[in-house]
Amino acid sequence: MIGLVSYLVFFTTVASILAIAVLGLNLQWGNTGLFNGGVVAFFGAGAYGTLLLGGTPQPDHLGGFGLVWPLALTGGMAAAAVLAWVVGVLTIRLRQDYLAIATFGVAIAFENVMRNAEALAGGAKGLRGFERPLMAWLGDGFTYNIFYLCVVLALLAATYAALARLVASPFGRLLRAIREDEVAARSLGKSPDRIRLTAFVAGSAIMGLAGGLYGTFYAFVSPQDITPTLTFQLWAMLIVGGAGNMRGAVAGTFLIWAAWTASGWALSRLAPVDWQLYTGQVQFIMIGAVIVGMLMWRPQGLVPERLVVSQSGRVAPQT
Amino acid sequence: MLQNLVDGILVGAILSLGAIGLTMVMHMLRFANFAHAELLSIGAYAALVFDALFGAMLPVLTVKLAPLSMTFALVLALILSMLTTGVSAVLIDRLVFRRVRAKGDDLSMVFASFGVALIVRAVIGLAFGIHTQLYTRDIVMAVVVSRDPLLILKPDQLFVVVAALAIMAVLHLVLSRTTFGFALRAVAENPSLAQVNGVDLGRMIMAVWLIGGALAAAAGVFYGLANQITPHMGRDLVLPIFAATIVGGIGSIHGALLGGFIVGIAANLALVILPSGYSPAVPFLIILAVLLLRPNGLFGEARA
Repeated sequence: MIGLVSYLVFFTTVASILAIAVLGLNLQWGNTGLFNGGVVAFFGAGAYGTLLLGGTPQPDHLGGFGLVWPLALTGGMAAAAVLAWVVGVLTIRLRQDYLAIATFGVAIAFENVMRNAEALAGGAKGLRGFERPLMAWLGDGFTYNIFYLCVVLALLAATYAALARLVASPFGRLLRAIREDEVAARSLGKSPDRIRLTAFVAGSAIMGLAGGLYGTFYAFVSPQDITPTLTFQLWAMLIVGGAGNMRGAVAGTFLIWAAWTASGWALSRLAPVDWQLYTGQVQFIMIGAVIVGMLMWRPQGLVPERLVVSQSGRVAPQT
Repeated sequence: MLQNLVDGILVGAILSLGAIGLTMVMHMLRFANFAHAELLSIGAYAALVFDALFGAMLPVLTVKLAPLSMTFALVLALILSMLTTGVSAVLIDRLVFRRVRAKGDDLSMVFASFGVALIVRAVIGLAFGIHTQLYTRDIVMAVVVSRDPLLILKPDQLFVVVAALAIMAVLHLVLSRTTFGFALRAVAENPSLAQVNGVDLGRMIMAVWLIGGALAAAAGVFYGLANQITPHMGRDLVLPIFAATIVGGIGSIHGALLGGFIVGIAANLALVILPSGYSPAVPFLIILAVLLLRPNGLFGEARA
C-alpha cells in the first residue's frame, strides 16, 4: 500500500513538473503561435542553472556556488530566459521557419555542449553535488517527497494563475491578435516582433522553472535528461490537451505521462528478451502517431481553446 | 587542414543534394519539413534492399566497378531507390501532410513533420535493426594523394562528389530550360498566378516531392557509401541540411547548392580548432552566424 502511495507521489511530482513546462509551451504556441523545436534546451538551462548555482563546490567542474534554493531556481529561470532571448532576437522578425530551425538547433547544441564540456558541467557524467532544500530537516524519505510534491503543486498553481491572468489581460488579447492577424495588429500601432519576443522569453523562463524543479527533484542532471525525446513528449501533451487551453494542457500532461510510463512498464514486462532493445522504438512510434494522429483528426485537442470575444466598455444593448 | 577541406567538400556534396530538395519543399509548401532528412534514410535502406535483391538474382551484377567499391547492382539499386523514395515522399504527403494542411496552419505542418520523422526513424530501426550496415564489407584502400600536407582519398569519395554534381547539373538544366521547370518555379513564386496560367498545382506539388525524394535518396546512398548506414542518420543530418538551406536562403535552389558546400566545408574546418565531440553543434553556430550577418541567406528573399 505504502509502495503504491509513494509511487503515486513520485508520478504526480514528475507530471506536475512537466505540466509547468507544457504551460510555458502553451504560452508560446497556443497563445502566440510560435514554434519551439527545442523545449528541452530551455528546460535543461533551468536544470543546469539551478544545480550549478545551488550546488556544493566540486573539484572537477565549475559551479557549486551554494546559493539558497529560491535564488538558484531564479538563476536557472534567468539562464533559460537569456538563452531564449538570444535565439528569439535573431529569428523572430524572420519567417517562422527560422525560429523552428534555430530552436531545434539550440537544443542539439545545448545537449552537445553539456555532454562535452566537462569543465563546465561535468560532461556525460552529469552534475552532482546538489543538496536538496530543507533536506537536513525533513530527511530523505517519504516525508520529504510529500513536502516536495506540495512545493511543486504550489508552483504549478502559481504558474497557472499567473498565466491565466496574463492571457485574460490586454497583453493576452494582444498575443491572440498577433497570432490571428499580424497585419491588423500592426495597423493598430502594435509591435508584433517585440510582443512575440516577450512571450517567447517568458514561456522559456517557465520551462526553465520546470527544469530547475526537475533537477532539484533528482538532485542530479545529465545530458541523458535533455534529449529531444522530452521535447516530443511535451508537444504530444499539449497537442492532446489542446493548444491554447490551459486546463487542457495540464490534463494532457497527466494523460500522456501516464500513457508513456504505463507503456514503458508494459513493454519492459511483456516484450521478449531479444526485443528489449527495441522497446524504445515502439514508444517513439507511439508518440509520433499521437502527434500526427491528433493533428490530422482533432487538431484542436481534447479540450479546444475557448475563443473569447472581448467586451471592453460594455455597450448597453440596443433596443 | 587540406584533408579537412577535401572531407568538407565530400560532406558538402551530400548536404547540397539534401538541401536542394528541402528548400524546394519549404518554398512551395511553406513549412519547415523536419522529416526531410528521413528521406535520406529511406533512400539508403531502399538501396540496401535492392542491392541485395539484384545481387541474389543476377550474381553477374556483383562485379565491382574498379577502383570503386560500388557494384553494378548498387548503381541500379541507386536509381530504383531514387524512384522509390520519391514515391514514398508523395505518399507521405498524401497520407499526412495534405490532410494536416487542409485542417491546420503552417505550424501544425511543422509539428506533423516531426511526428512523421519519429515514426519513419523508429520503423526503420524496427525493420532493419539499430546497428550500422554497409553496402560492402570489402575493404577499400584509400589512396595517399600527397604526404605533406597529408591528403588521403578513397575512389568512392571522388565518385560521390562527381555524381552529386552531375545530378545537380541535370536538375539545373531541367529547371532552367524546360516548360516544366518554368511551371515549377512559377508555382513556388506565386501559386495563384501560376494556376491562372493553367499550371496544375497538385501535379507540381507531387513533382516537388518526387524530385526532393529522389535527391534525398541519392544523398542517403552517397552518405552510406562514404560512411555507414544507420537508422539515425536522418537525425544526425537534419540540422546540417537545414543550416545549408538557411545559408543559401530558404527557397533558393542555387543557394542550397552553395549552402551545402559551405556548411560541409565550414563544419570540417571547424574541427581543426574544436574537439571532434563538438561537431554536432557546429551547424547551429553557422546558423547563428548567418542570422547575425545576413538573415535571409545568400540568395534569400525577405519574406515569402
